[in-house]
Amino acid sequence: MTSSGFARRLIALTRKETRQMLRDRSNLIIGLMLPAVLILLFGYGLSFDVRDARVAVVLEDSSPATLNAVAGLAGSDYLSPIWLHSMPEAEAMIRAGSADAILRVPSEFMRDLVHGSGQLQLILNGVDSNTAQAIEGYATGAVTNVLDHLSDRSDTRITGPEGIAMVQRIWFNEANNSTWFLVPGLIVLIMTLIGAFLTSLLIAREWERGTLESLFVTPVRPLELVLSKLAPYMVVGAIDLIMCLLAAKLLFGVPIRGSLGIIAFSSMLYLLVSLALGLWISGVTKNQFTASQIALLVSFLPATMLSGFVFDLRNVPLVVQGVSQILPATHFMTLIKTLFMVGDYWPEIVREVLILSLYAVVLIWAVRRKLVKRLD
Amino acid sequence: MSGDIIRAEGLRQTFAGPDGGRVVALDDLSLSIRPGALTALVGPDGAGKTTLMRLFAGLLGPEAGRLSVLGTDVLADPQAVQDRISYMPQRFGLYDDLSVQENLDLYADLHGVPMAERQARFQRMLDMTDMARFTARPAGKLSGGMKQKLGLACTLVRSPDLLLLDEPSVGVDPLSRRDLWSIIKQLVEDEKLSVVIATAYMDEAERCAEVFVMDRGRLLASDTPDGLTARAEGLTYAAVPPAGMPARALQARLIDRPDLITDAVPEAGRVRFIRQPAATPDALAGLLGDIPAEPRPPELEDAFMMLLRQQGEVPPATVPADTRIAATGSAPGPVIVVRDLVRKFGDFTAVANTSFEVARGEIFGLLGPNGAGKTTTFRMLCGLLPATSGHLEVAGRDLRTAWAEARARIGYVAQKFALYGNLTVRENLEFFGGAYGLRRKALQQRIRASLEQFELDPAAKSGLLPAGFKQRLAMATGLLHQPGILFLDEPTSGIDPLARRAFWRTITALAEGGVTIVVTTHFMEEAEYCDRIAIQDAGEMLIIGTPREVRERAALGVGGATVRNMNEAFIAVVEQNRARRDNGRAAA
Amino acid sequence: MAMMIYLARIVALIRKELLTILKDPSSRALLFGPALMQALLFGYGATFELTNAPFAVLDQSRSEASTEILARLEGTGVFHRIATLDNSDQIAAQIESGNALMVVHFQSDFAARLASGGPAPVQVLLDGRNSATAGLASAQVAAIIGRYNAETGASHPLTVVRRAWFNPNFESRWNLLPALIASLSMLQTLMLAALSVAREREQGTFDQLLVTPLTPTQILIGKALPSIMVGLLQSTIILLVIRFWFGVPMNGQIWLLYFGLIIFTTAAVGIGLSISAIALTMQQAMLYTFILIMPLILLSGLLTSVQNMPEILQWATYANPLRFGIELTRRIYLEGASFRDIAPAFLPLLIVAALTLPLAGWLFRHRLS
Repeated sequence: MTSSGFARRLIALTRKETRQMLRDRSNLIIGLMLPAVLILLFGYGLSFDVRDARVAVVLEDSSPATLNAVAGLAGSDYLSPIWLHSMPEAEAMIRAGSADAILRVPSEFMRDLVHGSGQLQLILNGVDSNTAQAIEGYATGAVTNVLDHLSDRSDTRITGPEGIAMVQRIWFNEANNSTWFLVPGLIVLIMTLIGAFLTSLLIAREWERGTLESLFVTPVRPLELVLSKLAPYMVVGAIDLIMCLLAAKLLFGVPIRGSLGIIAFSSMLYLLVSLALGLWISGVTKNQFTASQIALLVSFLPATMLSGFVFDLRNVPLVVQGVSQILPATHFMTLIKTLFMVGDYWPEIVREVLILSLYAVVLIWAVRRKLVKRLD
Repeated sequence: MSGDIIRAEGLRQTFAGPDGGRVVALDDLSLSIRPGALTALVGPDGAGKTTLMRLFAGLLGPEAGRLSVLGTDVLADPQAVQDRISYMPQRFGLYDDLSVQENLDLYADLHGVPMAERQARFQRMLDMTDMARFTARPAGKLSGGMKQKLGLACTLVRSPDLLLLDEPSVGVDPLSRRDLWSIIKQLVEDEKLSVVIATAYMDEAERCAEVFVMDRGRLLASDTPDGLTARAEGLTYAAVPPAGMPARALQARLIDRPDLITDAVPEAGRVRFIRQPAATPDALAGLLGDIPAEPRPPELEDAFMMLLRQQGEVPPATVPADTRIAATGSAPGPVIVVRDLVRKFGDFTAVANTSFEVARGEIFGLLGPNGAGKTTTFRMLCGLLPATSGHLEVAGRDLRTAWAEARARIGYVAQKFALYGNLTVRENLEFFGGAYGLRRKALQQRIRASLEQFELDPAAKSGLLPAGFKQRLAMATGLLHQPGILFLDEPTSGIDPLARRAFWRTITALAEGGVTIVVTTHFMEEAEYCDRIAIQDAGEMLIIGTPREVRERAALGVGGATVRNMNEAFIAVVEQNRARRDNGRAAA
Repeated sequence: MAMMIYLARIVALIRKELLTILKDPSSRALLFGPALMQALLFGYGATFELTNAPFAVLDQSRSEASTEILARLEGTGVFHRIATLDNSDQIAAQIESGNALMVVHFQSDFAARLASGGPAPVQVLLDGRNSATAGLASAQVAAIIGRYNAETGASHPLTVVRRAWFNPNFESRWNLLPALIASLSMLQTLMLAALSVAREREQGTFDQLLVTPLTPTQILIGKALPSIMVGLLQSTIILLVIRFWFGVPMNGQIWLLYFGLIIFTTAAVGIGLSISAIALTMQQAMLYTFILIMPLILLSGLLTSVQNMPEILQWATYANPLRFGIELTRRIYLEGASFRDIAPAFLPLLIVAALTLPLAGWLFRHRLS
């Protein structure tokens, strides 16, 4: 009797939650449409890879040889040179924000170069340090190429012994394409979004509308309430996960090296943690407004900024690292990036899955406690 | 089982108060309730009725005391009790986005009603609540009365061992209230249901087998309705005011003398009153002058008022010191003119071709069942909703062209408390004064006067005031700029009889001072304070006239049967019209 | 006189708005606590700088040159050697586990090839899970090797002399923090404005407001100004944290910065109030705001530069006040841009404000439940 009552009530409550979710259009907008928009924005819109950086090239030495030497800059995918003849002009462009860097070719450049002391001046707008450093690399590389090109054809030997050559291989992401690490991270963000933000409203809404008081005085058990609220959003999360995986594979060509089963399992596990966190916040605050604000502050924003999504956690101060280790998002972030780009690396899978499971158990227990059928 | 369905001993419950202290909700309360009958809990706001109900339902843990419900210690094992009872809180938790049927299904599933029994039970519930037509409609789209009926239906998807109802008829019109009660009565008779009901309506308590009167967390009395009523024996009278004197004027004169008069209300052209046991006939005669007062049989409400007065519960006398209104303008003629007013929402006509006028200094009551269009009419009059067509003139201003000027001359008191809860009383008054263009000295002077007049503490946080005081603050705010016209939307919904008396005393005093008042209400006895009332149903104006005219017309319609009071008159008028309309539809 | 009364009504409304915001302990806490906390947390957490790069070494050459290169790597204070490997089979485990960001591998013929004029390859294997980190580490190793080559007389006779304006040490924090002045305060002002009318509608006070003689314009001004004031106050808190806690030097004029912030905040409040006027409940207002905030942040240039976006999205950013808010704060604060330099950024903001504010005012009275 008890077990069949449990199943019957759970089904009834789940059906109710599902209907409510489906009928509230804003839920679906946040649960399904926003993730789709985010996938597209992340995949197409956001990139840390600098392309077509605007470099003002100031040719104070406009001899044909020089022109020939720097012409190669135009061939680079990463740089789009703007040819100028005076420094003030170029400096004005930086100030107006219409150029990111100046490459100054001094008037005696070619002559000095032949004498072995050629000097180019590169002035960067350091505000966007990331772009600036990338431009420096590209510009230096482009100029070096030009020189190699020159020395091939010229009699003068303008290069010395070659010294040490760095042979670089970037594992997991050969082209060092930022989309590859942003898209897996996006799964974390979307799961957090559905979990904490959407569900943070659920219990609070029932408190505010007084529906819990009526539900309490029925044979319903607290655990049934918790489980029924989790179920429909798990389905939404699963749909989002499929959307992310398809987009990653088909639209963005992001490798999925780990097994799909483990990716799905760990994503659902994290979603569960996230949902339970949202419900717990909701149950503690009993107020939709406060609940969603807190959910935003403790789950979504930190998941964006402090989970290692964009900013590498190795580079942050110890205290911030400590904070980030508390976040379930950080653990899932590490795991999902490894699963996508590295593959099934078991020691990590086991560790992070254990940590996430612990969070899930503790949070569900906490929610159940918060739903004790009492009004005081 | 010793026979008592509920047995409480020494219950004590406190809550954290707004200022950090503890507010006592129940104070050493003991009672026992018999099974198989209707039992009423009555008492003013803050008596502890809701707290007690929640304790019965196992939703609260008391600080002290013992409580057994259905022979089970509810404090030790609330779930065991919750499995057997049904409970309808004040605001029943319907899911607005689920349909009527889905709400019913949910509760049937939760209570484990077998499929076989379910159909018959649902059919019966839907028939009794007259909602069979609306099963697919989302609960959020139902009118207030229908929601309460659906709430009751959900509570009663199965036959419980005990039914707890917490003020099921608050904010519900007389027709729906009657329907609710017929359902309850039928179930008590058919199923020998044990019901405990908390209510503010004495006519509801009168139908119960036993009544518990509570005040400030304590039990004042418990007896059968007759036993309680007998306590007022010999003290109750009715006086008929002389021609030309409105009943409310006489009522005001009586209620202003609490040393002689316990309570006075206008009813059917007369004034019912209770004398203080100590009041001498001479003193009474002096107060009444040559107006004759006849003894009348006591009613439960008389006994209730007496019990409360004996506890020292005195309605605050809030007679405005400054009732002369300068701003109305001296133009003669009506202050509100409504001609052919129509409001449509898409295909739905909420208000159809309505015309009426309200004269200066008149109290005009707008009555109607839930969803009749009176709120829509009311909102159009206040300039909150543009009319689809028709002419609307308030304070001599056409609302279409000179709305800002018209708004400066009206005051508005919303249905639920609609002031800024986290501001203090003074801050609210300062803001609204400023919004009405009052400044500096004039503003401070008006605020001082209002604080005095309504006995408000300027530093109190508005949101934490007791219901009656919130009501007063809302009135003070609406009157701050001394408007010529005051709009009151269900001002007394959810406040107890004591506070209602005080509220109406203020209103009658204002009308005397020349303020025009338009008011909506669900308490039909309050219509007796009005000069004229209008009854709307389904967007149509059914009748406009003085309370006496309305009663007489209603009596005519029911074939000369007696129409005792406004409640019955209202039901008669609405039902006659509905019958006529249904006939017309059937004929067509 | 009429004008005085007109203004007095607005002042009364502004006072009321500020009181309701500041008297509610939870909204008060939400106003300033999170801004401060986030400014600090993100100030430390949001960094692209490489400060701690653990690496493993497989030195099969054991030569003077390889030792020297490794010493120079560790001398940066950024690279920390966490393991010394014996054979190339151990490399994978180091990187897969995430213990080492990088493995530097000198083959046994390294020294010989260097002596014979090169090129002597040194293999650098990087963990590409975070492409930004991998790129930075690679660039730094390349720079160290380059300098070594230059000092030992190898490499090209060409030197590129680098100078970085505004942020000489390429501190990524400098780039991010001024952007927070705009973005963190927007998050809150948008929410605040979005809730201001919706809350009144839900609590029924909006009707009470509408029956007073206040005109929509008065209500609009009375609602907008407090939100703008709170927004500016938040910006100021973040500004102070950035200037004095993180010590990022301010190159621009303070009046210009505030002028820009006022216009930016007004545009944000305009959007917030429009949401608020459309929404019937606080929940709706919150959801709409949230849906809007995500794309606004992503398309603002906060994390990734607008220039890297596809052209169509670059166009879309013109409707995004945050893009220009960030541009304004960054360029005025760091670059000391003059009014003429950044004047074009004001235009889109003014257009957004000019569209949204009147829309909100109109909706106050015409949006009916």
